[in-house]
Order: sequence, then C-alpha cells, then structure tokens
Amino acid sequence: MGNGKTNTELIAKSLEKRHRRQTRLKYYGLFSILLGITFLIILLGSITLNGYTALQQTVVQISVNISPDKVFDDNGNISEEVMYNTNWDGLAKKAFRQEFPDVVDRKEKRKLSDLISSNAGYDIKWMVSQNPSIVGKETKLWVKTSDDVDQLLKGRLTVNVPEEQRRLSNSQLKWVKNLTDKGIIKKQFNTVFFTSADSREPESSGILGAIIGSAIAMVVTMALALPFAVMAAIYLEYFAKPGKWTDFIEVNINNLAAVPSIVFGLLGLAVFLNFFELPRSAPLVGGMVLSLMTLPTIIIASRAAIRAVPSSIRDAALSLGASKMQAAVDHVLPLASPGILTGTIIGMAQALGETAPLIMIGMVVFLVDIPTGFTDAATALPVQIYIWSDSAERAFYERSSLAIMILVLFLITMNLLAVLLRKKFEKKW
Amino acid sequence: MTIDSKIQVRNVNVYYGNAQALYDVNLDIKSKEITSLIGPSGCGKSTFLRCLNRMNDVIEGCRVEGNITIDGENIYSKDKDPVLLRARVGMVFQKPNPFPKSIFDNVAYGPRIHGLAANTTELREIVENSLEQAGLMDEVKDRLNESATGLSGGQQQRICIARAIAVSPEVILMDEPCSALDPIATARVEELMGNLSINYTIVIVTHSMQQAARVSTRTAFFHLGHLVECDETNKIFTTPNDKRTEDYITGKVG
Ligand SMILES: Nc1ncnc2c1ncn2[C@@H]1O[C@H](COP(=O)(O)OP(=O)(O)O)[C@@H](O)[C@H]1O
Ligand SMILES: [Mg+2]
Repeated sequence: MGNGKTNTELIAKSLEKRHRRQTRLKYYGLFSILLGITFLIILLGSITLNGYTALQQTVVQISVNISPDKVFDDNGNISEEVMYNTNWDGLAKKAFRQEFPDVVDRKEKRKLSDLISSNAGYDIKWMVSQNPSIVGKETKLWVKTSDDVDQLLKGRLTVNVPEEQRRLSNSQLKWVKNLTDKGIIKKQFNTVFFTSADSREPESSGILGAIIGSAIAMVVTMALALPFAVMAAIYLEYFAKPGKWTDFIEVNINNLAAVPSIVFGLLGLAVFLNFFELPRSAPLVGGMVLSLMTLPTIIIASRAAIRAVPSSIRDAALSLGASKMQAAVDHVLPLASPGILTGTIIGMAQALGETAPLIMIGMVVFLVDIPTGFTDAATALPVQIYIWSDSAERAFYERSSLAIMILVLFLITMNLLAVLLRKKFEKKW
Repeated sequence: MTIDSKIQVRNVNVYYGNAQALYDVNLDIKSKEITSLIGPSGCGKSTFLRCLNRMNDVIEGCRVEGNITIDGENIYSKDKDPVLLRARVGMVFQKPNPFPKSIFDNVAYGPRIHGLAANTTELREIVENSLEQAGLMDEVKDRLNESATGLSGGQQQRICIARAIAVSPEVILMDEPCSALDPIATARVEELMGNLSINYTIVIVTHSMQQAARVSTRTAFFHLGHLVECDETNKIFTTPNDKRTEDYITGKVG
C-alpha cells in the first residue's frame, strides 16, 4: 500500500492506465484495417476507372453498295470462294472515304482510311455472310473505328501536344470532329470483347478465348486435384500409422503448399512437356500443373474437414461392423464434403489467378481462335491480362484493366460461394 | 468356469502407450443375461468393454494383451477380422450417436453393409422388427424418413439400440447408455434392456449402482484397472468379499 493509498485507489489508478492502453491498441488496429481497405479501394477503383471504358467500342456509320458478283457465284448462291477473293478491306475504306469526297491526296487518303479499324473489311464480310440481303443495294453499316479514334472519343488520347507527338494528325482530328458533328459516330456496347479471342487490333480483341482456356484448365485441375486430395486425406486420417513416414509425408504436404508456383511450372515443363511430350500451350497441361499446385491446399482443407466430423459418427459405423473405408465413405465424407468443397473452391480460386506456371508451359501465346478442346493451344485469363498490359496501345491497356475486373469478379464469386457453403452447412454436433 | 459362459476373458492387460489401464483381468460373462460393470471413473470399465468388440484397435497407441474368447473362439487371434467380430458384438455408446440420416437409414445401415436383406421388403421387415424390439415403433412409425437427429435424447439412444439389434448380434455392449438421459428415458431404456436380455448377452457399464442393482444379474467391480470381484448382483451389493467393493457401494469412495 504505497504512499498511504488504499488498494482500491491503486487499482483505479492502474485501471485508468490500462484503459488508455487498450484504447490506443484499439485505434492502432482500426488504423491498420482502414489502411488496408483504403489500398484495396484505390486498387479496385483505379482498375475500374481504367477498365470500364473498354465496355464500349466506337463505331462509325458507312454507306456501302456491295455488288452481287463479290458475294454470289454464277448460280446466285452465296459462295465462300467468291467472298474470299473479294477485297473487303478496300471496299470498307472506299466506302468510308465517300464521307470525305474532297480528300484526294494519296497520303491524306491513307490517313483518312486509318480512322476505321483495319478489320472493318472482315466485319463487313461477316455481316454479309450473316445477312446476304444487304448485298446489291445502298446499305448503312456500323463498323469499328481504329483504336486511336476510339481512345480519342473516350478522352484517353492526349491532344494538346505538338502534332508529331500525337497519334492522330491535325487533319485526322478534324475529320473525327466532322463525323461527330454529322452524328454518324457513336459508342456502343463492346460485344466483341466478350465473344472473341485475342487479336492484333485492340478493337477486335476479346476475352472469351482466355476465359475458355481458363475454364478448360480449371476442369482438369478439379478433376485431378479433388479425387487425389480426398483420397490422400482419407489415407492420412484413417489409415496411416503414425510414425516417421507419416510425419515425413505431412511435413512435405505442408511444404508443398508453400512452394512458389513458378517451381510447379518448371516441373510441368520438365516432366509433362519434355519427358512425356504432351503438347505445349495446352490447357490440359496447364490444368495438370495447377492441380499439383492446389493439391496440398485441398488435402489440408479435406483433412481439417474430416477431422471436424465427430469421431462418435465413425465409431458408430465401426461398431456396426463397417470397415474403415465404409465408415469414411458412407458417413464421414458426406459430412465433411461442405468443408472439402469450400477448400476446393478456395484452391481453385488460387489456381485461377496463377500466371507464372502457365507461362512456363507455354500458355502465353497469341491466339485468335477460341480453344475447343483439352489439347488446343490456349491462354488463360491472368496470362491474357499479362499479355495485354505489356502492349503499347492505350486501347489494350484499357482491355487489360477490364479483364482484371472480370478476373476479380470470378474470384470474388468463388470466394463468396465458399463462404456461403460454409455458412449453410455449418453444423454443430 | 461354467459351461454357459459366453465370453471368457483371461489375463487381459491393456496399455495406452506406456500407461497401463487394465491389469490381469479374468472374467466370465454368461449367455443371455445382463452383466454390469461398476467402479469409480477412470478405473477402466470403458477400456474393458472396448476389448470385447476390439474397438480399442482404432485408438492410437492402445495395446491389448491376453485372451478373450467368445463361444470358444479367440477374438484376438491373427486370422480374426475385427469387422466380422463387430457384427456379432454390437455396441451402444454413452452419448447417443445416430447418423445424421433418416431413422430408417440409421437402422438399415448395418443390414445393408452386411447384405442381410435380399430385397427392400426384407430390409423393411428387419428395420421395423428392430424398432419394435427397441420399443420405438409406435413413436416413430409415421416418420421413418425423418432425420434421426431430430428425436429426443432418449429416442436417439433407442434408435442406436435398434441400429445395433438390426445386425442380429449375439452380444450387446452398452457404455453408460443412460448417462445423458433423463429419469423417464432411463426407465424406458432399462425396461428395454430387461426385454433384450431374453435373446441377447448384454454387458453394461454404469456409474449408477442403483441401475446395476435394478437391471443386472451379475455385477463386476473394477478398481484402478483391477477387476476386484464379480458375482451375483445381490451378493455384490449385500455381502461383497472385498473391502474395496464394500467401501465403494457404501459410498466411502468413488
Ligand atoms: N484414448 C485413451 N488414450 C489414453 N488413455 C486413455 C484413453 N482412454 C482411456 N484412457 C485411460 O485409461 C484409464 C481407464 O479409462 P476408462 O476405461 O475410460 O475408464 P472408465 O470408463 O472406467 O471411466 C484412465 O486412466 C484413462 O485416462
Ligand atoms: Mg467410461
């Protein structure tokens, strides 16, 4: 009882100090959380700001009169061969230039033609094959502009710099202004982005090829990782005799979960491609590599889920004369499955975002075709993002951001699904 | 050693790792009557009971030495499959542990895995008959497809008994089957045990001496891993041979 104070006074005094400390710690914690959330918001915000404009594509209206002999054969049937020999590119450019009849200089004409997408010809060809009735008469068609015009109208092109530093010349800017005034240039929903694979031209490139590539790889990952992981988990929980070997296996599974993904890529390159000579760039191999990577995650989650099932359930089955395997498969697994599934989804979400191992096995390729099978060459969503973010065109950068938004959307959906599953099946015994 | 002893336990020692839980246990359990195992907690009653259906096998680090025969067959001999043994020796646990499945599926599980029913009609018969024997049929006959975990504790325990009966075991082991039940449910289970003892050999662990006195013909008293004595229940509760038994039943220890 120092200084003649009573115990109560001493405690009250120290209590005040303890309260202050607690408050301080509370604010430290709050501050760190806020900091984290702020950065998350900045990150997602900047990606969204960069990417949302890619949801729209600028198109311009042109007037064409396609003569029937460019489409139909002698019998009046639509013919691939005839259409193949038609100069669609020239046709598109010529039609577009009709809007500006007073441009005659060769160089100026080229610059004018550059305002529409260099794929505009293909687009017209495709429209014709879809709807041959537009042939043989004056028709108004909307075709994509070049990515520079698109970026200009989206306000993403710096214009107040000297002409030679600009992507568009003075006359080109003037023409665009003219088109805008005439009201024959507009932005519309960028369907192409969601229905095509990659392209050299930003305005013709899409994410679908990468999404399908990712989806095929995920199917392979799931089909390989889930059964193997569940079997390994059952073995370790029910059959493995405790001892040096089991300890060794356990330690290594945990180690495996911490191995950098690029190492799995190297392994895939050495074993699957070089030794087993599986096709390069194939989502099959990508899925195999990713399944190796997710295997430990799912094993660990499955073991936890199996262990969470009360042993009284297993004992009940065993006491009735069920074998260990029957007890596991008939009773424990069904009860553990929500947990196993949750772990699997989280593992798959991890795998979906992986880039490095896929690059190692050659899934970083430029592909204009959407993959249709396990051994077709393919890219994956994160690899596509990597490819686009690396290219010079502003329009690709924009698409890269939109692709990130889509990837993040997938990841959030998967994690949300995992949380909901866990909530729904959370059981108390 | 009488002719009608169903189970003979000879020189059984049980260890959990390095700790010994049972010391040199010798016991005869008679056919078609109820034998109670009593004793202070931690004395090894559950451990002993699990020796009889080899559930100790699944406990890590548990080792059983000695001889246990049922109908003259050594259940611990190398060529004996514990899975087969457990079909002959059923068990009911302290805490009711129905599968989180329908009442029907709970009772039908044993017959299903052992292939005891040739078709669904037979399976239904077995299930209904088992529920009947467990005295539960009237209470659940309209909701066989409802989850067993939705029943009351007493009903759940009787489901577990019905589930054990459905495999047609010869012996039923019960480890404090009423400790989680209220007095009314306890009375029902005790009544049920009386009925079952006509057809089954029952070994029950209980911490309630009154229960042992009420239901069993013979009682074995365990103390610190030793089987102190086993005799007619009447004799154990009135004139025990051993001082330790007397102290326990008169409430001086325990
Ligand atoms: N799974 C186990 N692992 C280690 N020791 C155990 C285990 N089960 C029981 N024991 C020990 O064995 C002894 C007997 O336990 P038990 O058979 O459960 O007693 P009772 O059922 O009579 O209360 C106790 O000392 C207990 O601590
Ligand atoms: Mg016990």
